Amino acid sequence: MTKSELIEKVVQTHSMLNMKVSEVVVNTVFDSIEEALKSGDKVEIRGFGSFTIRERLGREARNPKSGEVVRIPSKKTPFFKTGKDLKERVNC
Amino acid sequence: MTKADIVERIHQKIGFSKKESAEMVETVFGLLKNTLESGEKIKIAGFGNFVVKQKADRRGRNPQTGETITINARRILTFKPSQVLKNAINSEEK
Repeated sequence: MTKSELIEKVVQTHSMLNMKVSEVVVNTVFDSIEEALKSGDKVEIRGFGSFTIRERLGREARNPKSGEVVRIPSKKTPFFKTGKDLKERVNC
Repeated sequence: MTKADIVERIHQKIGFSKKESAEMVETVFGLLKNTLESGEKIKIAGFGNFVVKQKADRRGRNPQTGETITINARRILTFKPSQVLKNAINSEEK
């Protein structure tokens, strides 16, 4: 399912929505999560899962072609932990 | 942040009542859950993909007793963040 298919399905369940407004609703959901993560906050959606930021430490690596040592800086990566309810539903 | 904060933002942005906004947020997550439960993946451009993966049986060990056990085949959900989201999160501190 893509985001546009999701937007269409949301329209079908709520009579007061049209495609345009449904798009705003769906975008707001994902934008809110993104903004919270950007500010370092974690996001917890009961029954679905939680989004947190994980820190990846910098390390030294080698360019496989030239053999040159390069420094890879520390970075952050979003992490999703599946909620209990969803985990069980996916697994059966 | 929780679902209530997302509801609040929809309420303020579009002007639906809090009750209506809450119902819409429930619909969004409900649809996501039903889709994933059926094994179908979800692709949200600019955010990431939720993918259901099939894991085969494997042999594991109880770290406490050293006993060999079989870990049963199961389906798990993974989230692969999009490059756009990863960049957005890393650009914030610079």
